[in-house]
Amino acid sequence: MSMYFTKEHEWVKIDGTTGTVGISDHAAHELGDITFVELPKTGAVVKQFGILGSIESVKAASDIFSPVSGTVVTVNDILDSTPERVNESAENAGWMAELKISDASELKNLMTREQYDDYLKTL
Amino acid sequence: MGDPLKITPICSRHRALNALMAPFGGWDMPIQYEGIIAEHGWCRSSASLFDICHMGEFLFEGDFEAGGLEDVFTFSVQTIPVGRSRYGFLLNEHGGIIDDLIVFRLSADLVIIVVNAATAPHDFTVIQERLRGGTFTDISADTAKLDIQGPLSRDVMVAAFGNKIAGIPYFRFITMNILGVEAIISRTGYTGELGYEIFLPTGKGAELWDLLLKDERVKPAGLGARDVLRLEVGYSLYGSDIDEETTPLEAGLEGFVNFDTPFVGKEALLRVREHGVKRCKVSFRVNSRRSPRHHYEIYMGDALAGHVTSGVFSPMLGCGIGIGIVDAGDYPPGTPLVICHERVKMDAEVCTLPFYSAGSLRN
Repeated sequence: MSMYFTKEHEWVKIDGTTGTVGISDHAAHELGDITFVELPKTGAVVKQFGILGSIESVKAASDIFSPVSGTVVTVNDILDSTPERVNESAENAGWMAELKISDASELKNLMTREQYDDYLKTL
Repeated sequence: MGDPLKITPICSRHRALNALMAPFGGWDMPIQYEGIIAEHGWCRSSASLFDICHMGEFLFEGDFEAGGLEDVFTFSVQTIPVGRSRYGFLLNEHGGIIDDLIVFRLSADLVIIVVNAATAPHDFTVIQERLRGGTFTDISADTAKLDIQGPLSRDVMVAAFGNKIAGIPYFRFITMNILGVEAIISRTGYTGELGYEIFLPTGKGAELWDLLLKDERVKPAGLGARDVLRLEVGYSLYGSDIDEETTPLEAGLEGFVNFDTPFVGKEALLRVREHGVKRCKVSFRVNSRRSPRHHYEIYMGDALAGHVTSGVFSPMLGCGIGIGIVDAGDYPPGTPLVICHERVKMDAEVCTLPFYSAGSLRN
């Protein structure tokens, strides 16, 4: 399964026409203890780099931007009661939403893992 | 360009612990070690050690009345019994809060005044200008301050320094020889837990830090956890909840103003009391895990009523909590508020302070 990243530190894992979205380990670490995740509503239509939700830690509040355009199919509502799961496993169990991708060509606007790692070194 | 950041005598320990450091009040201070929530939980359940060396300490020696110290703060210094301390304010002529502070009565003619870090230089100038005699000295650079806070802090301190510690009541202190130097051990703090503030010469700060951390019941905690702990018990933070534009009457802190004693700002406060305050403090609980934050707007119905001065996610309550300043009025517990910031809206309701009252403070 291929995984792509945004400059705002979101990731998307591609499985056919489904994209699972979350924030990167780096972002979770930078935020510190995560206390709240605002998930999108199932059925919501989002645009690439449009607001998908938000995330709050003790230190800061940030918007989450969608790496791809699409329709929200499922959300990880376990995060409603245990947002700390994002700290424990940002790039896996801490996923936020599953999207039905509407335009696969948008992936060219994203970074591969290797490109993202290089990008992090420039920050 | 600001001055370079000052460092505390514990700085090398923070680096070794890989703490996240950030500027605070002109100092390079530890914000967190393992994480704010974990450190908060440890303080509420065991004992946490805080480097508070950034705070300012002034010594006044002389006759409080003749020297003018009696007229400086919103309380009487003369009536503090030796071995006790008192919390209150240094006000400007308009009744605005220049700083909140604690005065420790060491002897008949000697007190230590403990002030906030960022305000310390200005405080010193203001107090000095108001004095007519006595000797007034800034001992901040020579003084280290470590706080140990948490339900097990008494056991830890007794194990380290003996039974003399066990009998210190809340808001009292003793002076005793530890690590070969004279130290002040005060039963005060900023967390709502049983705890002690320890003042000793700067050169011994790191040694005390190492000694207390040898006890496995003790872990270090940073200013991040300290802010959550203090807000859960409703303590004000200077620069956020109170400042020179805010009077103690607006900030709901009238209990720390003694109108039977003379002090700069008293006339202004009496006028405010006569005409009524224009703004007042409100404390509230958010109906979700969202955190209100400094400067978020507070609405009542459709009307903008004020803004948040402090807000955080409370691990003890499992929801957002906050303090704000709003247009004066009567807001009983349960009064609905909406906290707004850009596209974020959170429903909240007025509640009483403290948010969290089950701490070990008076154990």
